[in-house]
Amino acid sequence: MPDTTVKPPAAPATGSRRPGPRLSGAIRWDTAVGTLLVVLLICSFSFVDNFGNALNISFLIGNALPVALIALPMTALVVAGEIDLSVGSTAGLSGAVMGALWNDGLAIQVIIPLCVLLGVVCGLINGLLVTRLGLPSLAVTIGTMAAFRGVAQIVLGSNSVTDFPQQYLDFGSGRIGGTFIPDAAVPWAVLALVAVLVLHATPVGRSLFAVGASQQAARFAGIRVKRLKLSMFVATGTVSALTGVFWALHYASARYDNATGLELSVIAGVLLGGVDFDGGKGTLGGAIAGVFLLGALQNVMSLVNVSAQSQIVVTGALLVISVLAPRVGRQVAQARARRNAAEDPPPAAPPPS
Amino acid sequence: MTVTTDQEHRARPAGGSGSRKLLDTVLKVRELAIGAVLVVMLLATQLDNSDFLSQQGIKDLLLNATILVLVAVGQAMVVITRNVDLSVGSTLGISAFAAGDYLSGGGNPLVAVVLAVLLGAALGAVNGLLVSLGRVPALVVTLGTLYIIRGLDSVWVGSRQITASQLPSGFAGFGHDGLSVIPYLALLTAAVLVCVAYYLRAYRGGRDLYALGSNPEAARLAGVPVRRRILTAYVVCGALAGLAGALYLARFGNVDSGTGTGYELTVVSAVVVGGVAFTGGSGTVYGAALGALLLTSINSVLPSIGVSSVWVQAIDGFLLLLAIAVDRVVALRVADLLRKRAAETRSARHA
Repeated sequence: MPDTTVKPPAAPATGSRRPGPRLSGAIRWDTAVGTLLVVLLICSFSFVDNFGNALNISFLIGNALPVALIALPMTALVVAGEIDLSVGSTAGLSGAVMGALWNDGLAIQVIIPLCVLLGVVCGLINGLLVTRLGLPSLAVTIGTMAAFRGVAQIVLGSNSVTDFPQQYLDFGSGRIGGTFIPDAAVPWAVLALVAVLVLHATPVGRSLFAVGASQQAARFAGIRVKRLKLSMFVATGTVSALTGVFWALHYASARYDNATGLELSVIAGVLLGGVDFDGGKGTLGGAIAGVFLLGALQNVMSLVNVSAQSQIVVTGALLVISVLAPRVGRQVAQARARRNAAEDPPPAAPPPS
Repeated sequence: MTVTTDQEHRARPAGGSGSRKLLDTVLKVRELAIGAVLVVMLLATQLDNSDFLSQQGIKDLLLNATILVLVAVGQAMVVITRNVDLSVGSTLGISAFAAGDYLSGGGNPLVAVVLAVLLGAALGAVNGLLVSLGRVPALVVTLGTLYIIRGLDSVWVGSRQITASQLPSGFAGFGHDGLSVIPYLALLTAAVLVCVAYYLRAYRGGRDLYALGSNPEAARLAGVPVRRRILTAYVVCGALAGLAGALYLARFGNVDSGTGTGYELTVVSAVVVGGVAFTGGSGTVYGAALGALLLTSINSVLPSIGVSSVWVQAIDGFLLLLAIAVDRVVALRVADLLRKRAAETRSARHA
């Protein structure tokens, strides 16, 4: 705890006050994404047939939930300047182990905690390789992505397990009464609330922003960088394993190739929500808005008969735009600042970028 | 494969200061280590299954490796600059279909190959421009273009398919035949490999790529044309992915909208296993080629010694982890050694 008392001076400057002063008058990226989501929803309610009924909305939310779940710890990880590409494989492995253990006759109440534990182990593997050996998280998690998926394949082969107990399957795909809210959205909302509070209102969250802004400075400020990163990898692994369990129940099928490519959707959503890939900037609200914007777009495009292939193009284009636009904006702002500076000569020292 | 390592040794200039020699040794050992693993693995398999290294067996090994080697060579150039290109699988797929579409309409095989290369280069240029001008993280941008190119490919191809019967027989023959055990495809790949390796070692542009990867800021201050070099790396990477697409068509004769899906991860694994560090500035294309050869050979070795193919992916993953972990440990040791040497020289000078 002593470290948290040292840190505050470093954090406020890097965290909550995002681009603001640089782009005076320009809106923040995450609010823009949130607004876009609302506009899209309103337009779809008004103009797209079959969008507004409760069943479709529950499908939209249910399909976006796995992505939204993993986006919570992934945002924290990206804010701290790391990334985890193995989340989809961890989810697949957890689902495969769940299926295999169920086939062996274990009770589901025992299996689910075991799967979560497995997620902790997966997170530890990633985290220890990154923090103890100092390897780039990108390379490590590409490796574990193949490794975990491979283990999943060894565990379950090409079988698929579908005969989970009915009440669990109902939880995975049911909705509350006749409303549009899926059952599983409630625990997600609780987790999301916890994640928002941790990231934006606790010393831990402030430390994550500090680490992402400058690891060295954060270390000098007394933040236990390695331990913090390790715990974030563990959190990501745990949530990914939970997602794997949910995935198997939601689609009523545990296969080794469950959740393949999920990591790409998660990262696309998080970055679209304005979380800076280089770390130190972003909000969880933006990331959640980004995830649901992608989910809603896919839902709407399916409803208006845009082919799945064209949807891929749109996802990719959004991803490119989401990283390109803020940078271009920054460069324009810098150019303007330079011109202003040239007009009335500054006293000294270029502004830190 | 042994040929390439030999060249590697002869080519490296001997001499330089002590630390230089030490680094060289480590780099050589790195490629030697992969080569040794490969040879041991192949020989062990041969002992277990005497049909493995038959004439056809060797030919299959080389044929399986060629396409991955080509893409890995291009990828290595990009990774050396501390960037990455994840869109190579999509580029390979769309180029293969473009070449196939042209050929099935009665086109000239040579023109088809050039077409595939040009298409790949153009897609590489898009990536390169986004990364160098937009200054955006390469991983994210190429992830985006991976989606975009794959999507465009799917929209264009639809449910169509190019099959071997639609291709001119000479083209398919080019994909299978060779000089005794060495397929033409492998010869072509080896030629590309040697050219790229020579460019990276002996030309200013090549050395600049390493400078960029080691320290982008220092390279910029030293007058390296950063944007142009990064663009070049991406264009070459795309062009080689396009060429690989044409060769894929020649080898398998079967292309649809899913061709090359997920290939990027195999390529990145091959490059990293081959000792081209993700942090940029180190490694050689020979290493990347050896890494590719190792990965594809494992895929052939496992079934022939009776291991189920479900193990392949896990083994690939663990191999990648092992490679980067060992690299890191060795690098730390070398850095330690160099520091100690430097301290010794300094104290000797003072004495």
